[in-house]
Amino acid sequence: MTTSVGCTIDKPGSTRVNKTGSWRTFKPILNKDKCVECDNCYIFCPEGSINQEYGIDYDFCKGCGICSNECPVNAIEMEIDN
Amino acid sequence: MDFPKEEFLAPGHRGCAGCGAALVVRLALKQSGKNTVVIAATGCLEVMTTPYPETAWEVPFIHVAFENAGAVASGVERALKAQGKEDVNVIAFGGDGGSVDIGLQSISGAMERGHNLTYICYDNEAYMNTGIQRSGATPWGASTTTSPSGSVSYGEDKPKKNMPMIMAAHGIPYIATASISYPEDFMQKVKKATETKGPAYIHINQPCTTGWGFEPAKTIEIGRLGVETGFWPLYEIENGEFRVTYRPTERKPVVEYLKSQKRFKHLGEDEVEKIQEYVDNQCEELGI
Ligand SMILES: Cc1ncc(C[n+]2csc(CCOP(=O)(O)OP(=O)(O)O)c2C)c(N)n1
Ligand code: SF4
Ligand code: SF4
Ligand code: SF4
Ligand SMILES: [Mg+2]
Repeated sequence: MTTSVGCTIDKPGSTRVNKTGSWRTFKPILNKDKCVECDNCYIFCPEGSINQEYGIDYDFCKGCGICSNECPVNAIEMEIDN
Repeated sequence: MDFPKEEFLAPGHRGCAGCGAALVVRLALKQSGKNTVVIAATGCLEVMTTPYPETAWEVPFIHVAFENAGAVASGVERALKAQGKEDVNVIAFGGDGGSVDIGLQSISGAMERGHNLTYICYDNEAYMNTGIQRSGATPWGASTTTSPSGSVSYGEDKPKKNMPMIMAAHGIPYIATASISYPEDFMQKVKKATETKGPAYIHINQPCTTGWGFEPAKTIEIGRLGVETGFWPLYEIENGEFRVTYRPTERKPVVEYLKSQKRFKHLGEDEVEKIQEYVDNQCEELGI
């Protein structure tokens, strides 16, 4: 017999059902032609929404603007997200 | 630096846009990898990552209460040991309230008993999850909901409790301070901490957009200002040996850090001067 004490969650990473992209007011647009591949945007995104090829996952990007603020060559513009 | 590719904190968590606490975990787990068990104290991190029946964690995770992450981590470490799994990284995360105030006794016990674990305090300098109440880690002069600034008060009237040095007094083999704005430095420290046989403690500065009052885009910039002004020193103590791990080439005036955040906006020249003096003394003492 197994006893469950408290709450157990057996699906790792299940917050993925919650698409936080809907929170966004501003949307980061990354210009790969300007990018110097410094990795700042990749490493500083709190959502892990930028991959190592500098693609942005808009399903989860909350539009915080950290990536844009930390880009040394202004390759990421924040645009109003309609 | 070649950052490890894998991620162990899933998106979809409920942290505020620009939350530094999520980044603390993302970076720490990138470094420690899959072979990790996480314990967390109650606080923003636990609340935002485990909205039942969902979890953002992709390594085994346990939360019990606010005050006992140190005790739970001790138990997890001993249970793994009893099963012969001594190569698992046991990492406990606690907020500043959960670590320097209510959880201090259980951390102290864990350190004293010499468990093989890493405790990471993510310090946003107040009880954020319950509405920005001051903690023992709130710096002098900061306005919080329980140390509000106003006509008769300049905000928090006690100096910040020096938790890394309290840990150092336990004589444990590894202690470090860190900042989310210096990811290589932090991840190197996580590596050392998890490779240490015995207790390790990391105290990391975590700017909080909601509690400190700044635009979410500025989280990293403000963390960097904290270090560049000498307000937040970066060092480690390895087997009793103290070493500064990053020295600003020229320290910026602390007022640049203070004026970037709403919690310090009310401070007048006298108070700013007092904080500058405090920072100067701290830097002199640490050799920064
Ligand atoms: C024994 C107990 N007292 C009070 C609370 C309410 N509580 C939940 S989270 C929290 C604040 C946590 O502050 P901190 O540890 O700094 O983490 P943060 O939320 O800032 O990340 C408090 C007071 C609780 N859960 N348990
Ligand atoms: S705006 Fe924020 S959440 Fe979106 S990709 Fe940039 S850093 Fe990540
Ligand atoms: S921060 Fe800017 S330059 Fe650096 S990788 Fe990202 S887009 Fe490229
Ligand atoms: S209040 Fe601060 S620590 Fe809590 S989720 Fe928001 S940004 Fe993160
Ligand atoms: Mg806190």
